[in-house]
Amino acid sequence: MQKKTEKLAGYIFLVFGCIAVVSVLAITIFMFWKGTPALFEVGVPELLFGTVWKPSADQPSYGIFYIILSSIVGTFGSVLLGVPIGILTAVFLTDFTDGSKMGRATSKVISSAVELLAAIPSVIYGLIGMMILNPFMYKMEKKIFAGSTEHQFTGGANLLSAIIVLAIMILPTVINISASSIRAVPGSLRSASLALGASKIQTIFKVVLPAARSGIMTGVVLGIGRAIGEAMAINMVAGGAVNIPLPFNSVRFLTTQLVSEMGYSSGLHRRVLFTVGLVLYIFIVIINLFLTHMKKKGERAYD
Amino acid sequence: MIKKRRRISDQIIKGLIVLSALLSILLLLLIIVFVVSKGIGQVNWDFLTTVTSVRKGTIGIAGNIFNTILIIVLTMLFTIPIGVGAAIFLNEYAGKGKIVTVIEFATEVLSGIPSIIFGLFGMMFFVETLGLGYCILSGALTLILMVLPLVIRNTQEALKTVPDGYRQGAIGLGAGKWYMIRTILIPSAMPGIITGAILAIGRIVGESAALIFTAGSAKLLPKGILGVFDKMFESGGTLTIQLYLSATSEGDFDTAFGIAYVLLIIVFIINILTKYLTKRFDTTRQK
Repeated sequence: MQKKTEKLAGYIFLVFGCIAVVSVLAITIFMFWKGTPALFEVGVPELLFGTVWKPSADQPSYGIFYIILSSIVGTFGSVLLGVPIGILTAVFLTDFTDGSKMGRATSKVISSAVELLAAIPSVIYGLIGMMILNPFMYKMEKKIFAGSTEHQFTGGANLLSAIIVLAIMILPTVINISASSIRAVPGSLRSASLALGASKIQTIFKVVLPAARSGIMTGVVLGIGRAIGEAMAINMVAGGAVNIPLPFNSVRFLTTQLVSEMGYSSGLHRRVLFTVGLVLYIFIVIINLFLTHMKKKGERAYD
Repeated sequence: MIKKRRRISDQIIKGLIVLSALLSILLLLLIIVFVVSKGIGQVNWDFLTTVTSVRKGTIGIAGNIFNTILIIVLTMLFTIPIGVGAAIFLNEYAGKGKIVTVIEFATEVLSGIPSIIFGLFGMMFFVETLGLGYCILSGALTLILMVLPLVIRNTQEALKTVPDGYRQGAIGLGAGKWYMIRTILIPSAMPGIITGAILAIGRIVGESAALIFTAGSAKLLPKGILGVFDKMFESGGTLTIQLYLSATSEGDFDTAFGIAYVLLIIVFIINILTKYLTKRFDTTRQK
């Protein structure tokens, strides 16, 4: 009797363990199964490299090139803005707060703030972006494009707003991972550099950061993954038209395209949206493979 | 000359570092002040206990609060046993075989998938293929996949800190493996399991993209006790979904900020709880 329960318990744990594997397989299969038909119906070049998105016109056109481009530009824009700020904050946390009471308190306050920023739901970022960023962007837009007849006014919901919101949202990821990899740099490297007469700043930028490079890169790639997958917050601030990704254009990303059109789409339009999902999934898989590769490399480096 | 120039550049970089560090605090303060100042006037007893109704003239989020709680309960009901079981399998049964690598890799991939993809998959699989429709259960099933890695990883970390002597002692005294796990390992790993669960609840509270196409957006309260069970199979929007709808299609920013205020409070409580638990967890490890 007891042996039977023992064996049964072992099997149940095995099944539970395999659920994660089954889920990943199921998600991958569904993404490809649902996402590929539209590729053949519309044609691969027309769909992936077409620039006109008119799903409900008499002669519907399903080009998602600008959507893919917006996702790439938006993600890199947010990384360009967020990563330097994130790394500098990590440097502050690791090398600027000495052992004194004051130093420890400051570092604690900043880490707590970063933690809370990470915990705030994305819709709140979107809401605040709508109320603060968009009106500000609209003012700038009115100034910059004052006499322009070509520019379509967006009311401030544009690519730039989305990039700023994304940059803020990836900040905690970049800060936490950079800080822990900077902390892992042996103190002897710092001491040696300082003893050779380098200033503190030189030591940080010429010795410590290069030594922590692989960890920081992991943080950056994780940030890229977060930025490209974020949907709700940027859907609230980026406007609702498929456009070439210029700073003051209203744009659609892969994610926001799904959020805003999935609800009412049907037929081929819906199948094309599944393809949009598939493109996003492929981006995510590539980013994940990069991450595992880098982690393996990192482990080898510490051996 | 060179020395002086270098010092100036050093000062500039130092200034940038301090500014960057301050930015996080400023951003957080900005968010808190903005949400609290706009939301606090909105939140009162009626707002929390009634349902928005044109006929009765009430504006309230009770239905959304209920939906959020129901989705949390349903998700955790499945996630905790599965996640803890998976972690036990990885740590106690599997040894170092290939299967561990595969499961750990899958868990990692799962934690890297953005919530909108979970939402899309949930819609394709639970809502359409299984025919559950837009309902709270579909939403909960989708969220299981999303928060499973959190529970697995935290339980695994906790199991790793249980000294091997406990295991050998129990087995040596004649206990079966399952008996040992049930009476020794799980209680010892409890703080880790609870931390994982609270982190998972935090993610569910803030989740929106995975739910909008799976759980729907209805905001009514269930009727009676039996209604709670029916509600599992009916559409129901959580707080975040209602915030999103209020701020976009409904254009009702007062309600949006009211919900944002409530969400901020919940998120902060969860943050304090996890901090407290990890601290306790750490001291038990050091002993």
